[in-house]
Amino acid sequence: MLRFFLKRLTTIIPTVILASMIIFALQQLLPGDPAIAISGEEKDPEVIAFIREKYHLNDPLPVRYAYWIGGVLQGDMGESIRLQQPVAQLIVSKFPVTLQLAVMAMAIALLIGVPLGVLSAVYNGKAMDYAANILALWGLSTPNFWLGIMLILLFSVQLGWLPASGYVPPTENLWENLRAMILPAFVLGNSIAAVMMRHTRAAMLQVLSSDYVRTARAKGLSPRAVIIRHCLRNASVPVITLGALEFGALLSGALLTEQVFSIPGFGKLMVDAVFNRDYAVVQGVVLCTATTYILLNLLADLAYFLVNPKLRRS
Amino acid sequence: MTDITSRPPLLEVRDLAVEFADADSVVHAVNGVSYTLREGETLGIVGESGSGKSVHVLAMLRLIPMPPGRLAGGQVLFEGRDLLTLSDPELRKIRGGSIGFVFQDPMSSLNPSMTVGRQIMEPLMLHLGMGAEAARKRAIELMDMVRLPDAARRIDQYPHEFSGGQRQRIMIAIGLSCRPKLLIADEATTALDVTVQADVIELVKELKREIGMAVIWITHDLGVVAGIADTVQVMYAGRVMERGPVDDVFRDPRSAYTLGLLRSLPDLTAPAGQRRRLTQIDGAPPDMRFPPPGDPFAPRNRYATPRCLTERPPLEQAPGAAPGHLAAAWYDLPSVLAAEALS
Repeated sequence: MLRFFLKRLTTIIPTVILASMIIFALQQLLPGDPAIAISGEEKDPEVIAFIREKYHLNDPLPVRYAYWIGGVLQGDMGESIRLQQPVAQLIVSKFPVTLQLAVMAMAIALLIGVPLGVLSAVYNGKAMDYAANILALWGLSTPNFWLGIMLILLFSVQLGWLPASGYVPPTENLWENLRAMILPAFVLGNSIAAVMMRHTRAAMLQVLSSDYVRTARAKGLSPRAVIIRHCLRNASVPVITLGALEFGALLSGALLTEQVFSIPGFGKLMVDAVFNRDYAVVQGVVLCTATTYILLNLLADLAYFLVNPKLRRS
Repeated sequence: MTDITSRPPLLEVRDLAVEFADADSVVHAVNGVSYTLREGETLGIVGESGSGKSVHVLAMLRLIPMPPGRLAGGQVLFEGRDLLTLSDPELRKIRGGSIGFVFQDPMSSLNPSMTVGRQIMEPLMLHLGMGAEAARKRAIELMDMVRLPDAARRIDQYPHEFSGGQRQRIMIAIGLSCRPKLLIADEATTALDVTVQADVIELVKELKREIGMAVIWITHDLGVVAGIADTVQVMYAGRVMERGPVDDVFRDPRSAYTLGLLRSLPDLTAPAGQRRRLTQIDGAPPDMRFPPPGDPFAPRNRYATPRCLTERPPLEQAPGAAPGHLAAAWYDLPSVLAAEALS
């Protein structure tokens, strides 16, 4: 177990370094000059020259990369040109919001998608299966922003049960925080649940027709015991893969949903930064997202490891 | 061996029929199979793929996927109770309890993500009400019994850490765990090397003497049947073609299909150079969506009479054969063969 973990770590570090290089290099390909962008209306050449000097914009690419990565390693990801705030501070303030939203959305997706997938496989071809498939089709084909607006209309405007928008930090008031987050989390979780359900169903159908399930039934186990003890674990591999991918996507921010519910997460920070050539912020956010993505993959690998005993030997 | 015919019947299959239906056709996989199995008897069932030999035993315990499978009729009395109409919970008590199963293909019949110990312990805890500790102890004993070395350590390993023959032994340990009255082995040695196969057959014979269970051994290998069974039953197109004491059926077959199977085997006792040519059975089994009206083997049988094609022969005591040697044939195979030898 530990050896496997260490082995994976040795591949992760070069991956993160490579990702940081690509992020930095791609950023330079964007058209537009940040010095001009922040120099103001007058575009005074002297001001522009000063800005270029201050932010090392005249240095060659590798040198600028070295400045940046050196800072990153010390926790200094530069300063947002637009917001005049340290990038690290921006990330620290936005990341927990996005993380909470992602965790809640994922939990909702798993709670809906996995049981529905299992049920629809067990009742393959019966009413339950059709109902679950229709629900999944609905979940897949409903745009997030539209569902968000509809839910606000129902739960906030009509029923008045939940706030329409706004964000309250959990440290301030956990109850209000959950009330504000539940609708956006449901909107995000809903579409993932649909994909999750389809994958769980396919995996379960395959497992249910396997020989070892027949063995389990021939032992006299109840259908419940067969599913819980013999099927779920073997059917979980594609669900883990999908879960890690979707979770990574959630962590890079969900712009539309954040926008609809006015939630100050990564999505909005990122888009604003891109439009304003706020290089430091874009690099910081992307690096942060990429690193979490890589870590999530490591977690998924560890999960495979727990699920599939064959991996433990190699 | 004591006289089997004097013992009470353990299993009575009456006119069992199984179908598989899809949107536009019905496959008649098993068509009215009837037989009796006595306590302690070993029945070998032979037949080619699609003869209904595996399907009918799976269907007895309602282990075929339904749908598309469906029980189209008949009764299966096990100790006097009809397995086909028993409630699910009652049937589950019998599955793995009084009837143990050993499946073919030990590679895929064990759960890859569960230790073999837990897989052996499951029926013990379920049917015998053992606690985890007692079940574990018993599982180690069972692994010893099926001659898996180093059981106390290997009990916590996973199926992929065992060889094919070892996995088959684990399957047998599972099948035998609750000391069943009937063990059904479905192609249990087919996937194994010949030497391992012989080992496993010896093992089952030994355990059978110890536990005193009845065995249904399904195989397409006549050699295996000769080695293990008291009674042999030859199936074709979802029907029993011939059945009787192993020695008598092999020495004096009454169905042309049985004869065909026997002639396709090499006779290794004859000296080299004097062995007869192996013969194959020409043609293919019938399309079971449209079962033939007469003897299903008639189209492939050169001894078939016109009646064979139109009318179904009943399974009856073969004239002049040992008692209990039944055959479904309109022709009299010994006289046909004698005439053939003369000409």
